[in-house]
Amino acid sequence: MSRQDTSDIIFRRVLAVFPISILILVAGIFFQLVWTSIPSIQKFGLGFLFHSTWDPVSENFGALPFIFGTCVTSFVALLLAVPIGVGVAIYLAEYAPVKVARVISLLVDLLAAIPSVIYGLWGIFVLVPFMYKDLQPFLGKYFGFLPFFQGPNYGVGFLAASIMLSIIILPFIISVSREVILAVPSVYKESAYALGSTRWEAISNIVLSHGRVGILGAVILALGRAIGEVMAVTMIIGNNVKISASLFSPGYTLASVIANEFAEADTTLYLSALIEIALVLFLVSIVVNILARILIWSVTGGNSKEGIK
Amino acid sequence: MKEMIQKSFERTRLRREIWEKSMVVVLFLCAIFVLFILFNILWHLIVQGISSLNLDFFTHLPKAVGESGGGMANAIVGTFVLLILAVCVGVPMGLGAGIYLSEFAHQGFAQTVRFMTDVMNGIPSIVFGIFAYTICVMPMKTFSAISGGLALGLMMIPMITRTSEQFIKMVPNQLREAGLALGIPQWRVILDIVLPTAIGGIMTGIMVALARVAGETAPLLFTAFGNRYYAHSLTQPIAALPLQVFDYAISPFDDWHRQAWAGAVVLIGMVFLINIWAQYFVASRNRWMSGK
Repeated sequence: MSRQDTSDIIFRRVLAVFPISILILVAGIFFQLVWTSIPSIQKFGLGFLFHSTWDPVSENFGALPFIFGTCVTSFVALLLAVPIGVGVAIYLAEYAPVKVARVISLLVDLLAAIPSVIYGLWGIFVLVPFMYKDLQPFLGKYFGFLPFFQGPNYGVGFLAASIMLSIIILPFIISVSREVILAVPSVYKESAYALGSTRWEAISNIVLSHGRVGILGAVILALGRAIGEVMAVTMIIGNNVKISASLFSPGYTLASVIANEFAEADTTLYLSALIEIALVLFLVSIVVNILARILIWSVTGGNSKEGIK
Repeated sequence: MKEMIQKSFERTRLRREIWEKSMVVVLFLCAIFVLFILFNILWHLIVQGISSLNLDFFTHLPKAVGESGGGMANAIVGTFVLLILAVCVGVPMGLGAGIYLSEFAHQGFAQTVRFMTDVMNGIPSIVFGIFAYTICVMPMKTFSAISGGLALGLMMIPMITRTSEQFIKMVPNQLREAGLALGIPQWRVILDIVLPTAIGGIMTGIMVALARVAGETAPLLFTAFGNRYYAHSLTQPIAALPLQVFDYAISPFDDWHRQAWAGAVVLIGMVFLINIWAQYFVASRNRWMSGK
């Protein structure tokens, strides 16, 4: 490739505009969000993140209830989805016959392709009635001594949103963990078998401990996904500014407050407070993603998809 | 003594075997649970959605609030308009960056851009909506199809960049070298030899990205905004299928709920069809490669 025509140089320069503009774009999103949230940043400073008042009428804004809501729903969602997701991944990678594994993987991909508004629709008409009639009364009756399962039962609320989120992130956890598990060299497993271990012992002692960094990466990736999920959560979390220990309580997340109130924001300060929430969301998602990529790259050796060449 | 060791060994073996057997069952149940959720969602979509679908749904505008009947023709058209706009933004950017990364970029620069595309891929969709709002809706002082298309198009960029880079890299180097040996300038080699060879994979990447943004609602909330009629220009608010499903789902009217399910079926049908179509490109490419 030593030949360098003028036309080649021009072509190369023109083409270089595209990747450079991707870099500029990411930086531009950041600056644009900062720029438009300046009124709110100036007025509330860092206290924005630690105040629990959200009062559009007196224009006093603090994002703590939403940060709380996002943390609670994401945490509970991970608590539910990680064991099941990793379980399915192990089943697919180690136990299932090849054909069964292929069919189930396909179906899991299908689950990942469902738009979040459809999850929300299903949430409103199937999940919330189930929560209201069956699950929450059951939890209240047998686990009501825990503060998480007390208080009035509306159906909508943190718990409904958490369960919804756990369903949405399951496909991610399954497919990434499966990739990580498959990347564990089979020699290690075979050595364990040769020492007389059962299949499960080989998996729990060798495969999982070898792949734990990658699985952690998958979990963090799923966390990023859960933090950024908007529609399905907005539709069933109940949209209420409240910090409560009870998972039955209606609440708000960072993403859902933007979705729900942005169109009503009539003053500059209100609008910039909501944009500042978007800024928080942007920064958190970047940190989470960078963390996840580093972990996954360190296991699959610079992204398995890239290793094609 | 020997018997005791024998016994304790037997006990351990039994415990290990029970553990092994029960884990198989537990893991299997996990898989069944996930499938149950999937089929539950699909079942509700089919039962509630298909029964609510009729010809009116595709050909009529929404009726006034409270009146039953009508359809979502405006939203279906709107979604297509938004997707075309998104393609106009996302494909040139993504493809251009993909070509550069695979053919020209230095290791360090390529790694940086790849990392940024991954980061961009993880930015919540609503942030793209807010971004498009601040750079497009605020200066124009109106919600518009353009801003909605822009938000969706930006979301497509990282996906298209990564897939087109991968598929262009898969083109065998001999093809490039053969072209260069004939004295063809590098840019002609790329445009006339490399790209046509990789086009199947690139198209697949584009279609998959398209399927993903087709169902997005959050970026459209404050950009395309929704419209109960047809939009007559790109600078007007425009309806979109996911937006309309959302509006109808949270409304208090039974007839709108029925239509929300119908809209959901059409939307998911669209997303699946685009995905299947995407697979077709890969298949045709493979046929071509093996026929060579």
